[in-house]
This record gives sequence, C-alpha cells and structure tokens, in this order.
Amino acid sequence: MKFSEKWLREWVNPALSREELAEQITMAGLEVDSVSPVAGDFTGVVVGEVVECGQHPDADKLRVTKVNIGGEELLDIVCGAPNCRLGLKVAVAVVGAVLPGNFKIKKAKLRGQPSHGMLCSFSELGISDDHDGIIELPADAPIGTDIREYLDLDDVTIEVDLTPNRADCLGLMGLAREVGVLNNQDVNMLGIQPVSPSIDDTLSIELEAGEACPRYLGRVIRNINLSATSPIWLQEKLRRSGVRSIDPVVDVTNYVLLELGHPMHAFDLDKLNGGIKVRFPKEGEKLTLLDGNEVEVKPDTLLIADHNEAVAMAGIFGGLHSGVSDESKHIFLESAFFAPLAIAGKARQYGLHTDASHRYERGVDFKLQRTAMERATQLLLDIVGGEAGPITEAVLEQHLPKAKHIRLRLAKLNKLIGIEFEKQTVTEILTRLGLDVSEHEAHWDVIAPSFRFDFAIEEDLIEEVARVYGYNNIPNVNPQASLKMRQAKESQISTNELKQVLVDRDYQEAITYSFVDPKVQSQLFPDVDGLVLPHPISSDMSVMRVSLLTGLMQAVSHNQKRQQSRVRLFETGLRFVPDETAEMGIRQEQMIAGVISGLALPESWDTDGRKCDFFDVKGDVEALLSQCVQPGQFRFERADANTVKMLHPGQAAAVFNGDTLVGYVGALHPKFEKTLSLNGKVFVFELAISALGDKDIPSAKEISKQSASRRDLAVVVKEEVPAADILSSVEKCGVNQLVGLNLFDVYRGEGISEGYKSLAISLTLQDDERTLEEAEIQSIVNTVVDKLGTEFGASLRD
Amino acid sequence: MVDDQFTLYELNIGEIMDLEAIIKEAETNVAASDNVPALDEVRVAFLGKKGKLTGLLKSLGKLSAEERPVVGQKINEAKIAIQEKIHQRSEFLKEQELAAKLANESIDVTLSGRQGEVGGLHPVTKTINRIEQFFSELGFSVKSGPEVEDAFHNFDALNIPAHHPARADHDTFYFNPDLMLRTQTSGVQIRTMEKEAPPLRIISPGRVYRNDYDQTHTPMFHQVEGLMVDKNVTFTELKGILHDFLENFFEASLHVRFRPSYFPFTEPSAEVDVMGENGKWLEVLGCGMVHPNVLKSVGIDPEEYSGFAFGMGVERLTMLRYNVTDLRSFFENDLRLLKQFK
Repeated sequence: MKFSEKWLREWVNPALSREELAEQITMAGLEVDSVSPVAGDFTGVVVGEVVECGQHPDADKLRVTKVNIGGEELLDIVCGAPNCRLGLKVAVAVVGAVLPGNFKIKKAKLRGQPSHGMLCSFSELGISDDHDGIIELPADAPIGTDIREYLDLDDVTIEVDLTPNRADCLGLMGLAREVGVLNNQDVNMLGIQPVSPSIDDTLSIELEAGEACPRYLGRVIRNINLSATSPIWLQEKLRRSGVRSIDPVVDVTNYVLLELGHPMHAFDLDKLNGGIKVRFPKEGEKLTLLDGNEVEVKPDTLLIADHNEAVAMAGIFGGLHSGVSDESKHIFLESAFFAPLAIAGKARQYGLHTDASHRYERGVDFKLQRTAMERATQLLLDIVGGEAGPITEAVLEQHLPKAKHIRLRLAKLNKLIGIEFEKQTVTEILTRLGLDVSEHEAHWDVIAPSFRFDFAIEEDLIEEVARVYGYNNIPNVNPQASLKMRQAKESQISTNELKQVLVDRDYQEAITYSFVDPKVQSQLFPDVDGLVLPHPISSDMSVMRVSLLTGLMQAVSHNQKRQQSRVRLFETGLRFVPDETAEMGIRQEQMIAGVISGLALPESWDTDGRKCDFFDVKGDVEALLSQCVQPGQFRFERADANTVKMLHPGQAAAVFNGDTLVGYVGALHPKFEKTLSLNGKVFVFELAISALGDKDIPSAKEISKQSASRRDLAVVVKEEVPAADILSSVEKCGVNQLVGLNLFDVYRGEGISEGYKSLAISLTLQDDERTLEEAEIQSIVNTVVDKLGTEFGASLRD
Repeated sequence: MVDDQFTLYELNIGEIMDLEAIIKEAETNVAASDNVPALDEVRVAFLGKKGKLTGLLKSLGKLSAEERPVVGQKINEAKIAIQEKIHQRSEFLKEQELAAKLANESIDVTLSGRQGEVGGLHPVTKTINRIEQFFSELGFSVKSGPEVEDAFHNFDALNIPAHHPARADHDTFYFNPDLMLRTQTSGVQIRTMEKEAPPLRIISPGRVYRNDYDQTHTPMFHQVEGLMVDKNVTFTELKGILHDFLENFFEASLHVRFRPSYFPFTEPSAEVDVMGENGKWLEVLGCGMVHPNVLKSVGIDPEEYSGFAFGMGVERLTMLRYNVTDLRSFFENDLRLLKQFK
C-alpha cells in the first residue's frame, strides 16, 4: 500500500516528523518499505501560458513560443514537444532554474532562435516517467505560481508492506485510524453527506448467492460527461499511490478504493439488461474480461450478471462488454460486500491479482458499502456531472458477518506475555482500538468493530495489547526450564561426524540445488523417473534429484571452467526417489556423496603430479566406513554395469553393509565427460547414511603378551580372481592365531604368466597363551596355501 | 691393528724427570689429532701396551723401594693427565663430527609440508552448526523432517487453511494440491509435537523452497526453526533467548528490535531486526508465541501449555556474519569462495 504523507496528515496529523512517523508505523507492525519524494529536487519552475506558438523557421519539429509567466515581458522559448500549443498552461523552467540532476537553465539559442527557459515534462521534473510531451496544466492554473506549491510537491510517498491480517489498513482511513490509536489522537473522519437523488432510475438487484454476497448496493447515474478530466489534486493523490489516471469514472472508483479501502465498480448502464443478479456460474459459462481475455468461468467463481449474461467476475475483475467506455453516457455504480472465503484464491486461478481482489480476499468492512457509494457519487457528480438515482440496497442480514464478542482474561494476558499489565492500561488500549469494551474484575468482554474483521479470539487481543503497548517496552527474560538431560547415543553416527572425515581428507562441502536438469539426470540415471516440478524456476531446475551426484557434477564443471583443476567436493542431503510404498509416495533419503577430479595431491615441490584414481576415492569411502562399524562388515563388489549406468563398467564398486546396499563408488563413465562439460576423469561415491548402520560400542580385548610372528607369502592367481575373495578366504581358514592379514603388493610381469597376477600377503600370527613354535607357524602357512590352492587354483610364487 | 712390539725401557731418575716432556709431547699430539682414529693412535702411542707411559710403569721394578711409590705416583698422575686430554679432545671431535653431520642434513624448513591441506564446511553449514551449538547448550534437540511435504504439515496444521492469503504469498512449488516442497521448516514443529509431549525444546535446520529467483532470492535456501513448549513459556522469554542468541551469534553487543508482524502460526508475532554497521535495520528472523490453533492441531491444550517458535534465514545470517554479498554464490559452489571457509 502506497500513500502520500500529506494525504495521511489530512486525516490525522500527529506532532511527529516524517522520520518519526515512518518509524512509528513500522513499529506498529505496518512495515514501511520505502519513503520516497513525490518529485525530483528542482527550483525555478512556474505556471505559464503559451500565448504565441509558431513553427521554427529552420527545424520541422521545433516550435517558437512566447510564454506568459506573469512577468513584465513574455519569454521566448523554443519547444520540441508535439503537444505544445497556443493557450496551453505549462510548467516553465525559467532562466536560473535548477532541474533534477543539477541541470541549470540558461539563456540559449536553438537553431538561431532565442530560448529563455524550458517547458517541462513530468519526467524532466522527476515526477513520473511520462515524457510523452510537456505537462498540460488545468486552464485555471494561476500564472506565475511555483509548480512545487501548485502541485503540493513537498511530499513523500510512503509504501507500507502490510501483513495479510491488516487489510483494514489497505486504505487511508484505516491507516489514519491506526496512527490515531498509536498517538491517542482523533481522526478527521470524512463528513460524507448522502447525495439526494435527482432521478428515480434504479436497477433491480437479486442476491442468489447470499453467503458469498450478502450485501450489494447499486445506483444509476445518468448523463455524465466523460470528456471531463479528473482534477489535478485527485490525479496527484492517485499518482502518489502508484495509480495512473485513466478517466474520471475509473479514477473515482480507484480513489475511493485508496481512501476507504473499499473496491467499487462502474458499469455502462446501457449494456446491462434487466437488472443485476449476483450468482455462481452456469455450466460452461464464459466471460470476456476487461483485458480482452475470454475465460471459462470455474464453478466456484462468483459472478455479477444481468438478466442475460455474466457482466463481471465479482470482486475481481470487470467484464469488457459492460465496461465504461468513451461512449458511455449512463453508468451503474456497484458497492458490494463479498465474503473473503468466496473470493480468496479465485483470482489466482485465472492468473489475476487486482486491487479489488487483494482487498476482498483479505476482507473489507461489511458496514462500509453505503459510505463508499455516497463518496463515489459525490466525487463523480463534481467531476462529470450527471444525475444520480437513489441507492438500491440488497442485503441478507443472516449472511452478513456477526460482530465478534471476545473475552480477554487478565491472567491469560499476563501469562502469555510474561509481565503484569495494569488493568487501566489494557482498558485504554482496547478502547482506543475502537472496541466496545466492558471491564470486569479479572477480564474484559469486548465487541470488535466491523473494520477490525481480523479480531476473532483472545490471542488476537493479546497481540493487539502487546503491539500497542510496544514490544520494545516488554523486557527480555531468560527462559526457565527443568534441566532434563537429553539422550545422546554413542552408537549413532551423526552426519556431522561423517562430514568432518571428508573435510579432514581435503574435501570442500558443497550445497547444490535439490532440483536438477532432467536432461542430465535422465542420462546419468535413465532407470529412475525423478519427481517433476510442474512449475519450476527454469527447465534446468525442473526435476527433483534422485542422486546428489548430478548437482555435484555441475559444480565440478563450474570449477574446472574457472581454472580450478583439482576439485574435491562432497555434499549431504536428501535424494528424492518415487516409491509408492514410502510416506507421501516418495523416499527421501539422507545421502553423502563426493566427487574428485584432477591431481591426487595438491601440486607441490615433492609430488609427482599423479592424477587421482579409483583407489583415491575408494580410500575416502573406506575412511567414512571406518567411522561406522568394523571395516570387515563392509564389502565392495564389482557393480553391475546394467544397474549403474553412470559409472565406468570396469571401475565401479557397489558397497554393501551385510546384505544392505549402501551405495556406489567408481569412475564416472567416460561418455559423460563431454556431455557434462567435464575436463578429465571424475571419480565419485554416494552412500545412503541410514544404511551405514549404528556404530559398535567398543568392548576392549586383552592384549596378548606373547610375541607375534609375521610370514609373507606371494600367491599367483588368475587375473579375474578378486583380491577381496582371497583375503576373505584366508580370514576364514579357521586359524585362531591369525591376528593380522594384509595384502601389500600386486605384481604382474616378468616371472608371472600372462593373465595371472601375484598377490603378496602378510600373515601376523600370535597365540594368547604361548609363543608359537616354528613348526606350528609353518603348518598354519601350509593350511592357508592349501586352501587358496583348492579354492582359487593359487600357487606359491617361485 | 698395530702389532705391539715389546720394548723395555731403562728407567732412571733422569728419565722420570722427563715425564713433563712426555706429557707435553702427548698434549701436542692430542691437539694435533683432527679426527677420532688419529686421536686413538695417540692414545696407543702413550697409553697403549707398548706406549711410552706403560713402558715407564713396567720399569718401576728397577727402582728402590723408597723411590718406587714416588715415581709410580708421578707416572700415574701423568697418565691421568694424558687420559683427560684425550677424553676432552675425543668429546670435542665427536661434537664436531656430529655438528658437521647435522649441518649436512640441514633442509629448507620453509618449503610446504606434505599433504597439509584440509577441506572445509560450507559457510551455510558453519552457521547452522553454530546455531545448533548455542541452542543445544540450552537443551534443545536437533530435529529434521522431510522436504517434500504434505499440505497438512506445511500449511493446515500451521493455521494456514486453503485459500489463506499466506498460502499465495509463499510461492510454493506444488507437485499437486496436497504435495509440495516445504516452504518453511515449521512443519517439523508439527511432526515433533505429533510424536512427543511437552515440555519440548527443539531446533530444526534444513532446506526450504520458494518459487522465486532474483538478486535477493534463491528458489532454495535454509532455515532454522526453533520451538519451546512448556507450562509457562512467555513472550518475554522469547525476547530474551533471541536477544541472547543474536549477541552470541554476532559476538557483539547489538541494537535489536522486535517489530510486530504476522505469521498464521504464531500470535503475537514479531520480526526481529538488528542494526547494521551502516545504521540501517536488517531483518534477521521471525518469531512469536505458538498460535493456539497450532497447539490444538497436535492435541496440546493451549490453556495448559504455551510455547514460542522462531525461524531464521541461514543465508541472511551467514552473509552478515562472513561478509558474503551475493546470495546466489552460496549455491554455485565455487572453490574460490568455499576455500575461504575452514
């Protein structure tokens, strides 16, 4: 809501500076967004009249004029505006004037003709963007008067950002009331007098949807003169509220909307057949709106209709056919109360949002219709003349809102706010707010005025008392609570711990959008259909991610394009996988994912420039897993290339916790490097945090006092035998004394046949009770070698 | 090894008188040795089996009983003197050798160490962690909830019925009328209160979504929601805890103001502003006393219990705290920005 400070002060004029007033309004909960001057900073511009206007001898588009500004001599001024003409009252910047932007007016010659001043447009004075020509002032503008004074330009537009509950402030009257309350000051209410009808014409009004429209007032006005223009004061008030002047009828309805907060509508009387019916639409009914669009009206949209057809969307938008046009001679004015629930959300269904719908869906004062009608009639008659008929009022009292009776208990007020209020203070505040207050021993019974339709329950009044009392007059107190210790499970792995592991391993945390480009996602995850956002910000953010990797890949590309060739990023967050068995049909799983690319180690004087590979990223995954349970509980298996299509078929592993799939680790399939604008190989992992399970609480074993022996053996197996299978087989060889097992070398080449590899394994053997004899050790080693031979065809390397 | 050749010295008083000369000679030789083996040769020459002093000692037998102890003692004194010299020289030489060795091992300590780099958390996470820490200390537990949310938890239970203007103001990403991306973390309040009975103290950080994208809006951002419900929770306490929080978060004594506002799920409601360094007020969070309809929707009697709730925009707080100027940069994940946060 925008309004001019001077307009507000016509209603209520507290002894506050402009800044103090804005601060006070803000602190009352009507947040002032901006305070801006209604015109640019200028001096030396006065009202003048063009008394001679001839063609410039040497320039087609220029005119040579003589302008009377009430001085002894007429001013020679050359003007290029097409609307410059004889007899026009204009805004003249005289020699010595300073216009916005410190533009000084001096004597000049234009194509040989003297010019002692400038005829100004609105934009040149910083009043509006209108630069279609020079300002045309009314014929009665007094020559020589300073424009600032004539247009009352020493004013500001205040814009307040109103919360949905304060629709009562969507008009000057409501704002004034609020300022009156805050300053304990009376408001100059309009002395609106009823207009006596001069003709008998009326139109019948039928309320067929009483709950949606329980009150409708109409009035016929005949023989108006639409060639008249709105007076400058009215145009200026509209302009300062951000509303353009259109024609007197529109201007007046807009003016009343701004002044009283009450929407009005005007119809061309000749276009209405029979009378008015307020009703819901018939099946498939259509209406062409004022903007020329034809819409099929939805069944729950309230209509204003005549006896033939719909003529307007009630409280939202007028119809084109019934609208007031240049040819209109007679009009029908509407002032109605529509129930907020009947209007709320309806305009949006048609992509509309109008000043009227904004107010009706938040609520208007259900007792204000007659006042608005009389105000609009009076203004119209003053501007466009004509004869007004009597007001026809159709009303269904049973459907009008009822005055709200609310009880406020002192104890409840004190308990919720936390201070002891003086009864006297509360009574005063309630009374100032316009409530009908009856004070009792420990409570108040109040009746809310019709203009505070937001009051319904006790808490509404508690908030109101606190607000007017001043939130900043209420002390800050430390909360009281009983010291109950919170549960903290040691076995629970926190996401923060996992994050820290990666941070310690030189990963930087990223946060990417939860919606991604469907084109990219469907390439990487062709088998999962992500949840589509019907109304996305843009097409490349239009599907919910089924993996964190899509976004991370984009982050890699972003950084590579900015000379960051070594990238190590991770992210935690939800992925969204459609799943009918899940709550709301969508599995929202907390994931941890990472990507690495570029050098394995930061380039340094001592590094060899090795690029990162699968085992770098696998090491990071292992570090994460080591936070969880015993490392042995996790298994890495070659991933099925038919399931995991985003990864390199030969460099992809599935991670299992027992039988539960935790996630994947591997190299990005090289075919995506180009389509994702990636430079070089990228290695990734993604794990479901919930699948990591709980941490084991350590239960310490006694350390053996016996000395341990290590035996190394190199076994040769076929290339395709996974190392993990060998180790797992050794672990299960049934030897209790095996306390350590490590694969410390993989060798291929000279001495090893093609298609085979040699794995060097160390066994650490130790008994809890005694030192092992050499013979026992050898026997254990033999057991292991035999087992590997049987299971894998392994032989000892020569 | 030197093949010791036995030589018997004829001993007489005159020679004994020469002890001084032997000591002198030994001293000279010791001083002249510039490494440990050379010094050892000197030791052998004077104190070895065939050394000069050893020879003298062997010929003591030729002396008379009176002379023997006198001369013996003298020789012994000479021996100790020479041993001492050798020892001193030996220590000196070892030290010198070690010093030379260490000098040889000297490196440029200003070169970078190996693998010294550690990554960092996203600034938004840093802020969330700090907020969690402040409130955890007051016994608030951290809760999380789904981001794809139903209309009940995102709107209805929060006293935002269908067609409430606040629903329109939210620029919600809908999947269908009953399923949407949550527009606020407040739904977690509801989910918690559905499961747990008061007294409750929770804090809930997370992603929220609004269909809006420009210089000051991103379609996804983070909020931290706080909720305390107990028998006598008051507005003064809400003011107290948030004032305390803001001063702790910014580590400064701040001008803070509580400005009346409106949220469907709280009443009274307030927005909280802090005074920036430029003297302008900056909105940092919204809060209020939990609306009785919200308590009722989860079966808590508003006559018995009251509560406060607050919600803060994490990006806004992060920008103020760490001087980040472009909101959108939080989600570009540019390492040149991220690496500034360790």
